[in-house]
Amino acid sequence: MNGGNYIKLEFPARSANEALARSSVAAFASQLDPTLDELGDIKTAVSEAVTNAIVHAYPSVLGTVWLRARILDGEVLEITVRDRGKGIEDIRQALEPLFTTGGDERSGMGFTIMDNFMDKLRVKSVPGKGTSVTMTRRIRQKR
Amino acid sequence: MKVYSAYQDGRLTIFLQGELDHHEIKSSVSVIESLIEQYMPRACILDLRSLSFMDSSGIALILRLSKQLSQLGGRAWVENAAGQPLRVIDASGIDRLIRVTAGKEGAV
Repeated sequence: MNGGNYIKLEFPARSANEALARSSVAAFASQLDPTLDELGDIKTAVSEAVTNAIVHAYPSVLGTVWLRARILDGEVLEITVRDRGKGIEDIRQALEPLFTTGGDERSGMGFTIMDNFMDKLRVKSVPGKGTSVTMTRRIRQKR
Repeated sequence: MKVYSAYQDGRLTIFLQGELDHHEIKSSVSVIESLIEQYMPRACILDLRSLSFMDSSGIALILRLSKQLSQLGGRAWVENAAGQPLRVIDASGIDRLIRVTAGKEGAV
């Protein structure tokens, strides 16, 4: 029924778009009838992924962020956030809790929260080419 | 995102209302820092009862506030965290460093 449904968003890497990105995905996810906690977790994970792209991917130019959300098997929400920015040199280090290159406005908890709140998290990055973060969360159908 | 405050007897209470993310953090931090400079409180309470959303930017803000207060010889903590912000606090583990008291779910 919901299988194959998707949305795609493309926006400039401006922090003002963080709220738009998480609200759009939350609105899309609502067709799976998630609980408030599930919806909160999804919004948080999207906020973290999009913020990472905005803060880190494009240090000197205003780049673009691409987001896709889709429904797999009728009950799994998959979200991909992609940029064509500078990439991550050391993904393992970036995934460590409290590691950040973002100064004291960042906590270094972004990937930890994505990992905690979603079922699966996959990070692909090529230095100089960009980064893509894909995460999934199964929304169990309530009777 | 709105920041309200109340001061009494060395205790500064800061109320955050709305959604706290990376876009909002700069202005919130500068409002909070000027409140701290103004009052030089011994205790600073971050009251999250009206905060409907925060991501890890909120964790950075809490850690920063706590560091600032300990530099002043005071202490900061979080009160009335509930719902989504509480889940983020729990996932981050900062409640091992800073006192966090939970509020009623749905008080927002």
